[in-house]
Parts: sequence; C-alpha cells; structure tokens
Amino acid sequence: MGAFLHEFFSPLDFLRSVPQVWSGFKLNIQLMLVAEALVLPLALLVAIVRGLPGRAALPFRAAAIVYTDVFRGTPLILVLLMVNGGFATLNFFGLSSNTLFKNGVIALVLVYTAYVTEVYRAGIESVHPSQRMAARSLGLSYLQALRYVVLPQAIRRVIPPLLNDFVGLQKDTALVTVIGLTEAATQAGFYSSNFVNYASYAVAAVFFIFLTIPLARFTDHIIRQRERRERAQAV
Amino acid sequence: MSQNGHFVSLQGVRKSFDNLEVLHGIDLDVGEHNVVCLIGASGSGKSTLLRCINLLEKVDQGTIVVDGQTITGTKLDVNRLRQKIGIVFQAYNLFPHMTVLQNVTLAPRKALGISRSNAEGHARALLRQIGLEDKADEFPDRLSGGQQQRVAIVRALATGPKLMLLDEITSALDPQLIGEVLELVRELAASGMTMIIATHEMSFAREVANKVCFLDAGVILEEGPPEQILSSPREERTREFLARTLEGGRL
Repeated sequence: MGAFLHEFFSPLDFLRSVPQVWSGFKLNIQLMLVAEALVLPLALLVAIVRGLPGRAALPFRAAAIVYTDVFRGTPLILVLLMVNGGFATLNFFGLSSNTLFKNGVIALVLVYTAYVTEVYRAGIESVHPSQRMAARSLGLSYLQALRYVVLPQAIRRVIPPLLNDFVGLQKDTALVTVIGLTEAATQAGFYSSNFVNYASYAVAAVFFIFLTIPLARFTDHIIRQRERRERAQAV
Repeated sequence: MSQNGHFVSLQGVRKSFDNLEVLHGIDLDVGEHNVVCLIGASGSGKSTLLRCINLLEKVDQGTIVVDGQTITGTKLDVNRLRQKIGIVFQAYNLFPHMTVLQNVTLAPRKALGISRSNAEGHARALLRQIGLEDKADEFPDRLSGGQQQRVAIVRALATGPKLMLLDEITSALDPQLIGEVLELVRELAASGMTMIIATHEMSFAREVANKVCFLDAGVILEEGPPEQILSSPREERTREFLARTLEGGRL
C-alpha cells in the first residue's frame, strides 16, 4: 500500500511534476476550446441538413447520415492517426509548425461533430410538430420556423447532453498524444520515465478532473432549473 | 372576391392519408364576411378540410380558390397566402419559449418585415381589445387555457388575415373558460371577418353561422341555414349526430 501511494502520490514528485504537466495541459485546453467552438455550429448545421424535407434535399440528407454513421462508429484514435497520416502524405494544408495541432483539431471535430449532431437531432425531434405547424401557418418560411420556433426550444432541451459530450471531448484531447502532440499525458509520461514515478499521471488526472467538475456542476444546475420550470408548468 | 361572389370556393376537393381517403370530394362556397360552421363527428374530415384551405395539407384533387386566387395545383408563395389566412388550433399551439407579446409579433416582424416597435404597438392594441394587455410580458404557461386561446386568436389576427379558420378552438377548454373565447369569435364575426369554424358548440353555430355544413365520412352530407340544419335536418345521419351531441351535452 505504501509503495502504491508512493508511486502515484509521493508529495515530492507530485509537486515537482506539476509545472511540466501544466505546460502540456495548456495544449489540452487550447484543443478543447478550438474544437468545441467548431463542433457547436457545425453539428447544428449537419443536424439541420439531416432534417431538411423534400426530395431535392435527399442527397444532402444521405450525406449527413453517412457522415454521422462513419464518424460516430470510428474510434477517435484511428481518426487521429488517419487524419495525421493522410494529411501528411497528401500535404493537404501544407506542412507548418501548426500542422499537428491542426490535425488534432480536425480529428476531434470530425468525431465530436458526429456525436453532437445526434444530440441536436434528438432535440429538434422532441419539439412537437404542432409548433412547427403553428409557425408555418402564420406565414413563416421553413427556415424561419426552424430558427425562431423549433431550434430555441430544441437547444434548451439538449443543453445537458451537450455539456456531457463536452466532458468527453475534454478528456479525449489526451489522445492527440498518439500523433506526437505534447499534451498533459505526454508530459506526464516524460516525467515518469525521467524520475521513475507515476505521480505525474495523477497530476494530469487531477487537472482533467478540475476542468470537468465545474462543467458537471453547471449541467446539474441546468437540469434542476429545467425540472423546476416543468413542475411549475404542470400545476 | 372571386367572380362567382364567393370569398372561398372549394370544388371536388379530395385528400388521402396513406390510402385512406379523408376528404371525399368536398364542394363548399363561403361568401365574404360570412361565417360557415362545420359540424360532424371526430374523424369526419373537418380539421383536414381547414388545413387544406391554408395549404398546411396538400390537396390530392380538386380546386380551392381564396380571394380570387386559385391556390391548388399552382406554384404560389404559400407564406404570402398564409399571411392572409389565420388559423387557430384546438391545442392553442402558442410558442412556450416566447412571451405573449413575442408570440403575437413574431409573424408580423419576421414574415411581414414590420419594424419591432410598430409590430409591438399593434400587438399591444390587439391585446388591449381582448383585455390581456397586462399579460403581454408573461409566458404562455402562466395564462389560463381561455387566455391562451384568445392570445392564439390575436396572434393569428396580427398579420391582418382576410379569412380565419378556427379548428375546434374550445374543445380543449374547461366549460367555464369557453365563454370568453366564444365572445371574442362573436366580436370577430360582427366585425365582418370571413370565417370557417369547425365546432362542437351547436348553440354557438346557430347564433353566428350564416351556413352550417354537416360533414360525414369526408363529404358534406347536408348544408344550409343553421336553423334548418340544426332543427330540422333532412338527412338521417345528421339527425343521429345531433341527437348524440345533445345527449353528450346532458351528461
């Protein structure tokens, strides 16, 4: 037991590895912020395309379905390796110092947009069709009905699952280590091989936990608020 | 106003849902400033008929002319058409995430492009007329059913429609709340609004309608002045329906 505690929580190593792990963790935060900022609007777009009516929109709907099926089903680690390898070989965006970061973001966005699309879609479908019908009957166009009546209600309902997917995204930023980005887990690994101690991994874990806890509490808060509102409605 | 003097004219309108024909060839004329009440059992096609008139449902066969414009079988701007035709539903269908004022001003602002201040001024005036101006900034769930339905009527009126379609608008209301909604419809009728009303309120139909149509299994089986249809119907099916409705009322 003492050996275990020493391996993971030796105070000396714990404190000594903090600056090094933190230097990597800053990259996780950057990845997370950039990816989330892209995932939110892109997933909404895919969800809207997937719901478009009419025969003319069929190819777009089909493309959206294929995309979500493929990227929800492929492990992120494979997407990372494929994006990185593929882009390096094809030289899609030109190789620069930022290429690895860019590839990491692209892979995260590809995978998480597929997840979040499904969350949005569930929200859109949870709005009763009579709401859309009422909006259309007033002379609003399809897109206006979506924009002003359906989406505001849909998005409000899916905020908790959206935040949940963000926790997943935050943690999965650690996987970019496989394409050679030096993030928190990578730095923790460097430390542990230098000093033969695993406390650095515990430090990285603590960083991730501290990042997700506020988000988790915020999600709880929103769920409680909604429950209260709905109970008020039921009276 | 169309050539034959009718504001709304339906000829041979047919509508099916998955091989089930709901409207079986409907002919109906509604004069300008007239009120036509549709009566009939649930499932007789009243709601579908109303939804066909503002193209919420696509007609399979037949023609519908509104205000001199043929709206079936042609390419037309459905959004423009719907601004001329207000519809109110049984379940109110107010937008729960918007205040009363936002509900009423949404279509004028976004569909008609009226400025926010003008739209709000008009909406407040309409709400004042129905005595709900003080509820303008409340959310719909804070209002009673009767108040919600009156807001829904005002919302439909806000785009300045020339025709109102009312789809069993009192059926979801508690009996003591029906009166305030019917009073508003009565005022609308008195102001000369052309209306087609699907209803189960027979005494109200008798009072406001210029014409009552009895729908049965997707056809208008009998139509005429309210006195005649409601007091001395010619068709056996109409008599049966009215007898059942009255019995239900006594329960």
